[in-house]
This record gives sequence, structure tokens and C-alpha cells, in this order.
Amino acid sequence: MKALDRLREGMRRDRVFDFMMPKVVFSPELDTRHGPILYLEGVTVSFDGFKALDDLTLYIDDGELRCIIGPNGAGKTTMMDVITGKTRPDSGSVYFGQRIDLLRLSETEIAQGGIGRKFQKPTVFEQHTVFENLELALAGPKGVWATLFARLTPEQRDRIDEVLEIIGLQDQVHRPAGVLSHGQKQWLEIGMLLMQSPRLLLVDEPVAGMTAQETERTAELLTSLAGRHSIVVVEHDMEFVRTIARKVTVLHEGRVLAEGSMDEVQSDPRVVEVYLGE
Amino acid sequence: MLLARLYERDRGGAWLLGGLLLAAVLVPLLNLAVPEDSPFHLSTYTVTLLGKYLCFALLALALDLVWGYCGILSLGHGAFFALGGYAMGMYLMRQIGERGVYGHPVLPDFMVFLNWQELPWYWYGFDMFWFAVLMVMLVPGLLAFVFGWLAFRSRVTGVYLSIITQALTFALMLAFFRNEMGFGGNNGLTDFKDILGFSLQADGTRVALFLASAVMLALAYLACRFIVRSRLGRVVVAIRDAEDRTRFVGYQVERFKLWLFVFSAVLAGIAGALYVPQVGIINPSEFSPLNSIELVIWVAIGGRGTLYGAVLGAILVNYAKTYFTAALPELWLFALGALFVLVTIFLPRGLVGLLQRRRKPDKPPPADTAGETRAGEGVP
Amino acid sequence: MTGAHAAFRRLTLGLFLLAGLCLSSAAVQASVQATGDFAAAVQALDAKRFADKARAIEALAATGHERSAVILRAMLDGRLYYRKRDRRVVIAERLEKGFRISDAVTGEPLGEVGKRKVKKISINNKLRKQLRATLARLSLSHRDPRVRRQSVQEMLATVSAAAVPTLERALARETDEEVAELLRTALALAALDSPDREERLRALRVLEGNIQPEVGNRIRRLLERDSDAAVQAAAQRALTAIESKLKFYEFLETLFFGLSMGSVLLLAAIGLAITFGVMGVINMAHGELIMLGAYTTYLVQLLMPNHLELSLLVAIPAAFLVSGLFGIAIERGVIRFLYGRPLETLLATFGISLLLQQLVRTTISAQNVTVANPQWLSGSLEINAALSLTYNRLYILCFALLVFAALLLILKKTSLGLQVRAVSQNRAMARALGIRSGWVDAMTFGLGSGIAGVAGVALSQLTNVGPNMGQAYIIDSFMVVVFGGVGNLWGTLVGAFTLGVVNKFLEPWAGAVLAKILVLVFIILFIQKRPRGLFPQKGRSAES
Repeated sequence: MKALDRLREGMRRDRVFDFMMPKVVFSPELDTRHGPILYLEGVTVSFDGFKALDDLTLYIDDGELRCIIGPNGAGKTTMMDVITGKTRPDSGSVYFGQRIDLLRLSETEIAQGGIGRKFQKPTVFEQHTVFENLELALAGPKGVWATLFARLTPEQRDRIDEVLEIIGLQDQVHRPAGVLSHGQKQWLEIGMLLMQSPRLLLVDEPVAGMTAQETERTAELLTSLAGRHSIVVVEHDMEFVRTIARKVTVLHEGRVLAEGSMDEVQSDPRVVEVYLGE
Repeated sequence: MLLARLYERDRGGAWLLGGLLLAAVLVPLLNLAVPEDSPFHLSTYTVTLLGKYLCFALLALALDLVWGYCGILSLGHGAFFALGGYAMGMYLMRQIGERGVYGHPVLPDFMVFLNWQELPWYWYGFDMFWFAVLMVMLVPGLLAFVFGWLAFRSRVTGVYLSIITQALTFALMLAFFRNEMGFGGNNGLTDFKDILGFSLQADGTRVALFLASAVMLALAYLACRFIVRSRLGRVVVAIRDAEDRTRFVGYQVERFKLWLFVFSAVLAGIAGALYVPQVGIINPSEFSPLNSIELVIWVAIGGRGTLYGAVLGAILVNYAKTYFTAALPELWLFALGALFVLVTIFLPRGLVGLLQRRRKPDKPPPADTAGETRAGEGVP
Repeated sequence: MTGAHAAFRRLTLGLFLLAGLCLSSAAVQASVQATGDFAAAVQALDAKRFADKARAIEALAATGHERSAVILRAMLDGRLYYRKRDRRVVIAERLEKGFRISDAVTGEPLGEVGKRKVKKISINNKLRKQLRATLARLSLSHRDPRVRRQSVQEMLATVSAAAVPTLERALARETDEEVAELLRTALALAALDSPDREERLRALRVLEGNIQPEVGNRIRRLLERDSDAAVQAAAQRALTAIESKLKFYEFLETLFFGLSMGSVLLLAAIGLAITFGVMGVINMAHGELIMLGAYTTYLVQLLMPNHLELSLLVAIPAAFLVSGLFGIAIERGVIRFLYGRPLETLLATFGISLLLQQLVRTTISAQNVTVANPQWLSGSLEINAALSLTYNRLYILCFALLVFAALLLILKKTSLGLQVRAVSQNRAMARALGIRSGWVDAMTFGLGSGIAGVAGVALSQLTNVGPNMGQAYIIDSFMVVVFGGVGNLWGTLVGAFTLGVVNKFLEPWAGAVLAKILVLVFIILFIQKRPRGLFPQKGRSAES
């Protein structure tokens, strides 16, 4: 009986090598009829006994701009890792729309399926020009053969120009990304996310290390994107969160501590306690 | 049309192809048409030596493609080279036929010597040239595919990958040293007589082999150039510089690495196959880890990530090696060791980088190892 | 003390007499008894007829005199002569011309004599056989139990019913349990030839599971000729028991070889575990640092040729210093400029490894050099007839564990260790706290390299020392570190012993080369399942 179970375990199609896995076909329209675009339910991740996420349950609505705050070690980055497939949770389920089980997909498939992620530390392709960076992020076939013979169509060129305008880097098109300023790299990275035409954007600390002006521009950028895309922003800068947030979730020790508007959250005694101590 | 696009902004490549064309015209002329007593006569020995350099250049080109552009420092390319060489050597062995020392119609000498009664199954088909050529590409390609698939899938990167490829090479060397493997053990395969019916000792055959190497190098250069100029090439560089980012942009990083690795291994195999008939022997010492790592230094000296730099480096270092090992054999290993140290510290972008530095001051600092984390984090 | 000794001697003397009484023939016995003279017995050896000589031999043995064994041995070797002048029996030593003789009875030297002055006391094959048996019997009652054990061991191969009375008497007075056990084995072996079926069965029961190599052979021979079904079955059973026991000891021996190989791997890898695991620096010249340690041993032995026994103890700190200093020089001179660029570090240190090899080749020799093994490292510890452990492997096993413990202690308990761990975890923070990270790097690298040198000392006792010896260890060492888990010393320990043992167990049925290849393949596949090794350092991935 045990052997049979083991055999069954070995034959599970999601555990075998990737070429044997059934191809997940993303329907162009994500099934978001019930509202939320992202479901995290009972997600637990532990490292060496330390619970980075502890039975976390969270829903993000379609088109929403959600801010997630919390002290260090609250599990914000781990949560993003789980959504993007970088870390596999010990238990719990993560669904994109109602039908796509993200836990069964690789990082690449999740990215192709419409979830874009900006890292905490800006990572762009430093050797490539701004234009090439955006070109690489372009939505479309991303197989080996497809890229070997890929040529840019006029529509794609227009799309790149459009995004360049959104992120304000028209003047830097042909400069290598490595020489951009910190803030410009952050925008370029957001631009690359936009090129992917994602349904859900995960943005980790977009304004860390930015000047006040740059922060203001970033806030404008993000609010203008909400509606067309669902956006989850993780940020420490409370001022920034106040300017963009409609709904705020506070994480603490791997679970949701409070949720609501910025004012509601800030007046919550538990939140005050966590942030200010006794 | 296609060529024109490839040539665009590639002066080094233009020089390289021009040089190859010149050599392809001059070398046969000077060897075959100029009388032997003329000072312009090129001895057949020199022709073979030049042909050997071209094979090494092709091998260096293959390594540059994966190391320079994708950051995969393979210490196993010597093994792919040797495998290609063995496949060709097996064909040449079967061509000997009854002319061997023991005169056995089918079995090569070493098998008769070891009292083998019949040809092992994996020697079947090698009496046909087309089959051997197929195997020259298939065997290294298949090994690279299986190995790369295992390694890249579990995200072995950086120095870990280097060490594992070195271990692979080492294991293959040990295996080929065994007589039971059926590849001639210690002595390898040698005493070749002819290829496609032409005697390997004839000047004409030597020149033809030189020409074949030159043509192959030119074709391989163009193919590599086509790859690195395509979007695929940009993806590959992106993988080198920021692997995670590339993955989150939606590329199957493992597949790109795998196919590039396989293509590179096939090129290395072809280089080995061209090398063997020119030097007349293939033995397990070709698998020695030192060979693979020496090859890395050719590419490093020439300048990685430039393709033509690798070719330049391979030819320069091998010329130096030929000169030193004849004139000052004691010094060669000192020189080689010092090259490793000096190039990595003072010339991270090689000779090509040295030349370019004056022309393009605006380039960002080389991301030579960007994308690799410190060794301790290499395996995620 | 002397009293006890004298009493013991008297006791053995008495026993000898007793033995003599029963064995010797009546006539000579009477004459010996009559004179009570050992000298007379010796003189009787010079008889005309072989039969008389035979009797004299028995009589001499019966006296139980200390010198009787010496005299009989001389007779067997053809060194027993008599002086023609006075027919005195002498032991002669052949010189260029003539002999140097000494009195057989007293051992008193009698100077040199010409060839013609003495005559050999001749013996024939029958006497030779008798002499051998008598000598064996005499040594069976020797004072030293090791001599007794040796002589029983020698008898096992040929023991027959004739020897039974001797053996039984020896057994009766034997005090050493080990010798007694051997005697019982010998008796049982003799009983195998007995015509009595019950006797043979009883002997087989005694011999069941006895792993003396002779026992197996004798039982196998018995199986071939004995037609009795019960005996056949019993013999078969005894043989099976013997073989399963032998298999068990063979297993233990393989395990020991595996652990020994593991200890070598541990020694080679442990320095690497520091430089690679803790510092994240890949050092391809690590093998050459081991080689330098081995060459230091060689040089130390050259410098103190008269103190071979001590040379290793001097070589250990010397090798630590030599390799350590080379390591620091490499770190300060090259690696320092390449932090954060592991692939470059790999290439540069590979260049250094070529330089070091060539340096040794040109300054010392391209050939292998011989490093002597001191006395206390040679020989082996014999646990039983089937299992013996060589001392050098045993010592190196202990030594490897000792080095491991010392290293663990350094990292856990000293301030250097604390600083090393701090720098390896967060360089910037450590520097902010006032730790001189450059100094710590150099010291850590020196420590790892020094341990490589110490490993070289140990390896010089096991393998050839030559310029290329380091190459053989570098890949294996990396495999151990990767397999065990980078940055985890315990992982290195477990990894080294696992790989060593697996390798040795694969060897018998795969051959050494194939075993090595299989282990490499195994590691490549293992990394598929556990990319971070056996004992990974867990935590949030540090990249993004």
C-alpha cells in the first residue's frame, strides 16, 4: 500500500521534469469574476523553524492599488517570493484569478502569465541600452528559436516609445542602463514590467534611495497605472504610502495584523504597538 | 544581405574573416605552387601547425560563446573537443582496414592485441564518413545536453558549474584511460592512413584539411555572430548579468543556457574532429583538466565576449607555446601560470579590451562577473 | 622479583624433566638420569649411528636446559661440530678460513680453528624432521607467550595425530588464554584426521567459526575425502560459519579502508572548507599547498637524517608554517584584488598552482621523492587472523579527526574564529565594528592553507610525493565540500567519510577507476536533489 502511494507520488505530473508537465494555457482573460485577482490562503513558510509567513491569508482585488507595510521581518519580501514562485510555501494555496494555481508554475511561467515583479534592489541589464532592456521585456513569444529570429515590428517599436514616455527616459534610450542614476534604474525596471503587460504588478520598495522629486514622480506613475493593472506595493516610506494608498495591509510576524485605509490602520492600537513598541 | 547585417559594427570580425580569406589563398599557394627551395615556400609542417591553431581557435570561439556571453565558465570544453576527436579517430581507424600491423580486416590493432574477438557495438557505422561526421556533432552535443540539463535545471551556476564540468572531464579522462572502454586505452587511436581515400601524409590532403579548418572557423564565427547579434544574444547577456531578472521577465533561463551550451559543445566537437587528422593521434590526455583550463586562458587573453578576441588569443598563446616549448621548455609553465594571474588581475577584458579602451571611454565598467554571486551563494 | 623468576624457571625445568621422562627412550634416559648431567646429553649427540643421535636429541630436550634449544637449532642448521682433538661438541661459525667455535655446553668462546680441526655432526632428513618437531615443542613451553603463539601458529598447517600428546600437555600448563585457544584449535585440527567419527564431529564443533586460514583449508580438504554424511553436514556448517565470519571481517576491513580514505579526503578538504566554505574564495592551488606540506616533510627529513622518528613531529608545524605563509602571500598578492569575482579567482589561483608545481620541479626535482616512514608508523595492529589495521592509516585517521577538532575549536572559541565568522556573514558590518577585514581574510586564508600543509605531511606517509600530487586531490576535495554543504565543517566531515566509504565499497565490484567515476556521477545527481549539499545553510536567499 505504501509502495503504491510512493509510486503515485512519483508519478505526480507536477513533480516530474518540466518538459513532461502539461502546458498551462493562460486564457487571455483571467477569471476574476468574483473580484479578487490574487488569492493567498493559509500560506506558511518557515526557514529553520523561523516562520517567515504564518498562515497568511490575503486577497487582492482586480485593478486595485494595495500597499503593504510592516516592520522588518514581517514577511513582505517572502510573500512576494511565494507569489512569483521563487519560494515554495510549506502549506497553503496561491491562486491567480480563480483557476490558475501559481504553486504549480515555474517563475518563468508565472512571469509570462502576467505577474511582473520589481526587486527591492533595482536590477536592470546594465550592459544593455535602455531600449534593449525594454525590448527584452516585451510581451510575446520568448522561446529560444523565437528570440533567435525575432525582429521588432512597428507596433512593438511604438509600444516601447510609449513606455519610454511613461517612465520619462526618452533622452536616455541608447545609453547603457548601467550608467543611469538610481532613480532612473527604478523607473526603467517599472518600465520593463509594463512592457510585459502584466495584470498584476508586485513592486518592492520603489522609492528607496530616491530624492523627494523622484519619489513624487514615482507616486504619480503608480497611481496612473492603477485601474489598468492591479498593483501591490511594499514600502517603508509612510509619507509615500499615504500619498498613493487607498487600502493598506499591515503585516506582522508573517500574518495580517490590520487592513483598511491609511487612517484606520494608523489609529489601530495593535499597529501602533507594533511600530512604536510598548 | 545577411552578411552585411552581421558585419555591421564588427571591425574585429572583418579583420578576422579577411585574414582567414588571405590565409586560405596564400597557404595552398605557398605550399603547393612555390618550389621547395624558394624562401617563400611554406613547409607542410607549418601548414599543419597553422591548421592546428585554427582548430584551437574554433574551440576558443565555442568557449567564448558560453563564457563571454552567458557567464558559463565551462571547464569541460576540452572533453567535448576530445569526444569529437575520438569520433573522427574511430572513422580513421576503420579506414586503416587490413593495413594494420596485425592485418585484421575489421578490428583495429589494439583490439587484436587485447584479444578481442569482435567489434564492440559502438564501433559500428564508423566505417562510413557521414556517420562519423554525425557522431562528431551528436556525441558532444548529447553529453552537453544531458549534463547541461541536469546542471542548469538545479541552478548550478558560477564556480560550482566550473568545478562540476571539471569533474566531468576528469571522470571521462579516467574512463578513456581504461583498456576495457574499447578506445585504445593509454595509447588512444593513431597510425591513421587516409581520409576519404586521400592519404593523410600527402601535402594536398594537409592543405585541404587546413582549408577545411579555415572554412569551418569562418562559418562558425558567422553563426556565433548571428547568435549574439540576435535578440537571443541579448537575452543570453541578460542572463549573464542578472539571471533572476531575466527569469522574472519571462524567459526560461535554463533552456537558453542549455541550447547555447549544446551548440558550443558541438562546435568544440567539430574542432576536435578537424584536429585529429592533422596531428594524427588522439589519446586520453586530451581530456586532461589542464587542457580545458588552458583554453580558458586563450579566451581571457584575447578578450572574452568579443568572439574574434577568442580567436586572436588562441592563435597567439599557441604560437607562444610552440615557440617556448621548443626554445625554453622549463619556462613555458611558468609563463602560462603567470599569464593566468596577470591577465585576470590586470587585463580583465583581454587584449581586445586594451585596444577598445582608448576608443570608447563611455562604456560602463565590464560586468565580467556580474550575475554571479559570491561563490558561497552560487548554488541557490 | 628474581625469586619469582627463579621459581618459574625451576617450575619449567621440572615440567621439562617430566616431559622428557615420558618421551625419551629407556637406555639414554637411564644414562642421563644416572649422571644427571646436561653435558653428557650434549656429548651423546656425537654418536655414530643416527638412531643414537635421535635418542640423544630426545634426552637433551628432556633435560629442559636453557641452552638445549640453541644447540638443537645449531644442529638443524648444520653448525654443530666436534673438535677432533678432544671430541668436544662445539658450535661453529664459518669464517673466511676455518671456523670460530664456542663450547656447546657452556657457550664459552674457544677461539678460531682451521678447517681440518673440527668435524660436522651430520644429520639426515629423518633427524631434521625430528629436530624441527622438538624445537617446536620446546618453543611451546618458551617463557614468552608471543613465541609460544608463533610456534603453535606454525604448527597449525601440519599438525597431525602424532603431535597430540605434546599439544595436550602444553595446553594443560598454558596460562595465556590466546595461546590456549590456538592450542585447542590445533588439537581439533589434529582430531579431524581421527578414524573415530564422533571425534571428528566434536572437532568440527570446536572449529565452527574459527577464522584461522588453516582451519578453512583443512575443513575443505576433509569435505573432499570424508564420505560420512553427518561429518559432511557438520563440516559444511562449520565452513559456512567460517565464511560468514570472514565476510564480516572483510566488511570491517573495507570499512576501515573507507574511513582511511575518508580521513585523507577530510584532511585535504578541510582547509578548503575554510577558504571556500567560510570565505567564499575558490582556491585551485589548494592541492599545491598540500604538496608543499609533503615536500616540507621531505626537507625536514633531509635536514635531520639521524632523527627520523622525530622528523614527522617537527614537520607538522613546519609544514603548517610553510603552506600558511604561501597561503597568506597568495591572498595578499592575488586573491585580495579579486574578491567578488569567483571565476577570476579560480583562474588566477589555477595559474598559481601551475607556478608552484613548476617551482618544485625546477628547484627540487621533476621526479617523485621518497619520504621515509618512521618505525612507529609501520607495521599493523593485528586484531585477529583475518583483520589487521595498518598503523599509518590508523594514525592518520586519528590525526585527521584531531585536526578537525582543533579547527572547530579555533573557529568556535578564539577571537580569530569569531572575527572570521563575523566577516563571512557580513563584511561591511564587521568592518564597521572595527574588525580589520583585510587582516582577517589573510589569517583565515593562512589557516586554511596551513591545514593543507599539515594534510601534506600526513599524505607523505601514504602516497608518492611529487610535483603533481596536489592535482589528485583538488577535485575530490571540492566534491567533498560541495557534497557536505558549503560553509559547514560538520558537513565536510560527514561528506569526506561518506565519499571515502562509498568509494571503497564500490571498488571491489566496479574497480577503482569506475568507482571514482560512479562517485562523481552520484555527486552530480545528488546536487540535483539537494543543490546546497547535505547540510545546507538555510535562510532567506540573499540575492534580490
